[in-house]
Amino acid sequence: MTTVVRDVADDPVRTAPTRNRHRLTAGVVTGRVLLYLLLAAFLVPVMFPVYYVFAGTFMESRDLSAFPPRLLPSGLHLENVRGALDAVPMLRMYGNSLVMAGIITASQLFTSALAAYAFVFLRFRGSAVVFALFLSTLMVPAEATFIPNYLTITGWGLGDSHAGLVLPFLAYAFGTFLLRQSFKQFPRELYDAARMDGMGHLRFLWTILMPLSKPALTAVGMYVFITSWNMYFWPLIITRSADMQTLQIGLNSLKVGEYSNPGLLLAGAALSVLPTLALVIFGQRFIVRGLTAGAVK
Amino acid sequence: MTTGPATDRPVVSPPSPRPPRTRARSGRDALLAWGFLGPSVVVFALFLVYPLGRTVYLSMHGNDIIGRPNRFVGLSHFAEMASPEYVQVLVTTLLFTVGVVLPGVAGALVIVLLLEGVLRGQKFLRGAFALPFAFSVASASVIFAVFYSPGNSVLNGILYRLGLDQVPWLTSQEMALWSIVITTVWMNLGYGVLVLAAGIGSIPKEINEAARIDGATGPRLAWDVTVPMLGPQLFFLIVISTINALQSFGQIHILTGGGPVGSTTTLVYSVYQDAFAYGTSDFGRASAQALVLLLVVLVCTVVQFGVIERKVHYS
Repeated sequence: MTTVVRDVADDPVRTAPTRNRHRLTAGVVTGRVLLYLLLAAFLVPVMFPVYYVFAGTFMESRDLSAFPPRLLPSGLHLENVRGALDAVPMLRMYGNSLVMAGIITASQLFTSALAAYAFVFLRFRGSAVVFALFLSTLMVPAEATFIPNYLTITGWGLGDSHAGLVLPFLAYAFGTFLLRQSFKQFPRELYDAARMDGMGHLRFLWTILMPLSKPALTAVGMYVFITSWNMYFWPLIITRSADMQTLQIGLNSLKVGEYSNPGLLLAGAALSVLPTLALVIFGQRFIVRGLTAGAVK
Repeated sequence: MTTGPATDRPVVSPPSPRPPRTRARSGRDALLAWGFLGPSVVVFALFLVYPLGRTVYLSMHGNDIIGRPNRFVGLSHFAEMASPEYVQVLVTTLLFTVGVVLPGVAGALVIVLLLEGVLRGQKFLRGAFALPFAFSVASASVIFAVFYSPGNSVLNGILYRLGLDQVPWLTSQEMALWSIVITTVWMNLGYGVLVLAAGIGSIPKEINEAARIDGATGPRLAWDVTVPMLGPQLFFLIVISTINALQSFGQIHILTGGGPVGSTTTLVYSVYQDAFAYGTSDFGRASAQALVLLLVVLVCTVVQFGVIERKVHYS
């Protein structure tokens, strides 16, 4: 077997049919079948909840408890969607989540871009030390700061408000770290040329650097949007009224209030996951870039 | 795009020599730099640095019923963590973390290795495995709450079909933690797949080719060549998963509320309970636990930085 492979590899003109891995011996076929069976064994449990949340949304309560379990809704029933929308002010919560995630994303892009610009294009004493300090903030788990932050925000009278939801998250060093990587790739000659033309730093940042850094900005933006849309602990403690709560907290209210009605829970979960699901499906390229930063050098 | 704003100007400026970097100019640069760093620095100072100091202060003080510190207690909150009640919390945290990290990383590794053997549709399948990443803690927990509830037939029905006993998913002290572990592994698996897939993508093609020429195929190739090359990514994934597991909160709050009988109360959940649940406002005791959490996460991160730095040097 090995000799066959070596011969083929040494042959400069490789013709597909003679290549070893394309020859369908019994062993190869068994291997392939085994591979796909194993993959399916992983794929089915991973995909099943994704499927069931949408299928279950359109089921009747009889479908959800039927035995043997029903995997397809008996029709396109909309009771669960209507019920979930009635049980909690879901549209209002959608708005709150959107405002919160939107402001946090815009602000982190803004603060990160400015800070990253300072680290890459401006010379100042202690630049390396300040950058190390920025990075060290990433080591602090947010949960360790929530008690004092809760006291600060409520002390300012901003508990149960949009401002209170977003204030602690207006800047985060992860974005600075990622944008700094991207800005460092920017051709130095282009920067020098712009500066020699008398272009100011702010104008250069806004009209040249930002448009050319769109992929990195998109990666940071999507990552920040998804993580803040999905936030749970902070919105739970800082909001009190249903009018200020985010969608994620609304899901918990649905569960507490409607424990016996799985349909409403599934409908609520399905409604809440639509925006992030769309981002993950259509923006996966960018998500991967944001998620795996640091994993691959 | 780059020529847009400067079309009527020469691309190369007239030969005016670059002005030497004078003290005035670098002074202006420094001022501007601090202006640019300002917004971030203000947010970090108010909501990250100051809170750490205040957490230390609170952890050494007792407080009245609405959480105002009223007496200095030294390290007694930390000493209390040796009581059986809190030792139980630490044990639960450890079990939960190991229970989430090991199957999560191993599962992601097996999946990416299997995906390597797929000839067509590899990208599509990888995307499918990544879908759970879109689900928030709350939505994932709510979906699994349905699966675990006696009113839904999916899990219980399948178990019945297989002739197995019904599992008291969230109601038994022995099972509840593992039900939350299952939910968490499902939520995080996609992230692991993406990280390891990116790692495989960065392995030079020649290495695989060379191994193939030497006759390594299938599982042998994966185990002897690909897995060792994934070392840095596996390590990164283990550390990040550990840190995430230590911070898990929403799934516990939604699925069990720390019960039954405290069997799913982890460190983070205990912080929440002492500080915010049932109006207890025991900020002192909660702050001491938050500091222990901070310490554990710091150790994980420092270990990661240390090892990755070394890896980078020889690669």
